[in-house]
Amino acid sequence: MTTQAHMGADPTVQRVITARINGRDVTRAVDTRTTLADWLRDELDLVSVHLGCEHGVCGACTVLLDGQSVRACLLLAVQADGHDVETVESLSGDPNDLHPIQQAFHEEHGLQCGFCTPAMVLRTKEILEERRERTDEEVRQEISGILCRCTGYQNIVNAVQCAARKLYAGSPAPIASGTGTGGSTDPHPGA
Amino acid sequence: MKPPRFAYYDPASVAEAVELKSRFGTDALVLAGGQSLMQDLNTRRTRPDALLDINRITSLQELQVGPTHLELGALVRQHRLETDPAVRRAVPLLTGVTHHIGHVENRHRGTVGGSMAQADPWAELPTAAVTLDAEMVIEGPAGRRVEAARDFFTGRGTTSIAPDELLVAVRFPLTPADAGWGFVEVARREGDRAMAAAAAQLRLDDAGRVASIAIGLTSITDHPVRAAETEAQLLGQVPTADAVAAAARAVEQQVDRADDVHATLGYRRHLAITVTQRAVLAAVQRAQEGDRP
Repeated sequence: MTTQAHMGADPTVQRVITARINGRDVTRAVDTRTTLADWLRDELDLVSVHLGCEHGVCGACTVLLDGQSVRACLLLAVQADGHDVETVESLSGDPNDLHPIQQAFHEEHGLQCGFCTPAMVLRTKEILEERRERTDEEVRQEISGILCRCTGYQNIVNAVQCAARKLYAGSPAPIASGTGTGGSTDPHPGA
Repeated sequence: MKPPRFAYYDPASVAEAVELKSRFGTDALVLAGGQSLMQDLNTRRTRPDALLDINRITSLQELQVGPTHLELGALVRQHRLETDPAVRRAVPLLTGVTHHIGHVENRHRGTVGGSMAQADPWAELPTAAVTLDAEMVIEGPAGRRVEAARDFFTGRGTTSIAPDELLVAVRFPLTPADAGWGFVEVARREGDRAMAAAAAQLRLDDAGRVASIAIGLTSITDHPVRAAETEAQLLGQVPTADAVAAAARAVEQQVDRADDVHATLGYRRHLAITVTQRAVLAAVQRAQEGDRP
């Protein structure tokens, strides 16, 4: 990744950038052609950033840039200079004390192989910032930019709805489970 | 799947960007939202000597509602067209088409100017621009010029932007209060490229006849076009379902694409007629209901 490090003096080839990564300022020299996805994963060891198609189709590398979901493979690391990047490592790393969204994916079996899970969890975090109830159909549309190759979408939808209930608990807004397809609230579907 | 080597420039002003474009000519590519160009770099379908990242040019991020036009800076993100009430009030068709652009992750980053300059035959915003007679504001070494959208798109992925020029803004005429709009797209899956799409905007007179109408078509030829014959047939007519269905048949002859993996020519002709019909009927319904925010 740093084959051009010796050319660091040329700002068209290498730059020193500072980005806020999961709440901490990180300053590094980056090759200008390094994608944000490769930088996060290979240089910063944030291995939740999964590289699937590497050309913007699968969504596995989704991160939050200034709070908005983006495909990290379609950004250059240098473009994160001065911006805020969040990966799923910003949630809990303690299996005994999971973030409510992680807990919901656990309870609802919202993952099979886990490859799309970091992206799905971050996208869930983003959409649940907007505190409103969604039908299952709306949830499906909201997560349609991320492919689950296990095709385990039903449990992901269930997990998103479960996470909404957890996060909105005690909120004055009424929380309904989905009215679209499926919508099981059984914590052990298909068992 | 890694970008090839290039010299990276991130100009801070339009003047600086134009200077770089003049210097590099066709050897430089402009990076706006990157939702198409980064794909092409990662897959190495393109290998520019220089990449001009315009994202630092804050003046290109402005959105202004003027007395006659909505002016969108080239870097206005597509997601803003969906969410900014000012856009929905000024040009509701824009809000309507934007949802069909890729996925929200793409629209968070993708830009108005990038979509226009990319000029993909299946792209929604170019079709909106041609339908609504938008104007492209282009800056070059000699200064600014303004080009009509219908002259701007010249073919698949090609526009009238010269190698030393930069698209800086797109101006959409404000939608009249009594106008109705419709947009209908057929794609295989949510977020996929349009196999065919139609945008329509029209006004009705007091007798319910079509007083003005514009229809734009996506993905039926190598660039967005107006359905001139269908427009002419409906102008001055009461747009009944039968009249619209009959007029929509005229678009069949405009479909000019060979069979491809997405659709055969015959199927695309069928889709073109269907989306035209539905988009016009949606516009008629909105014009009748006065569905404006």
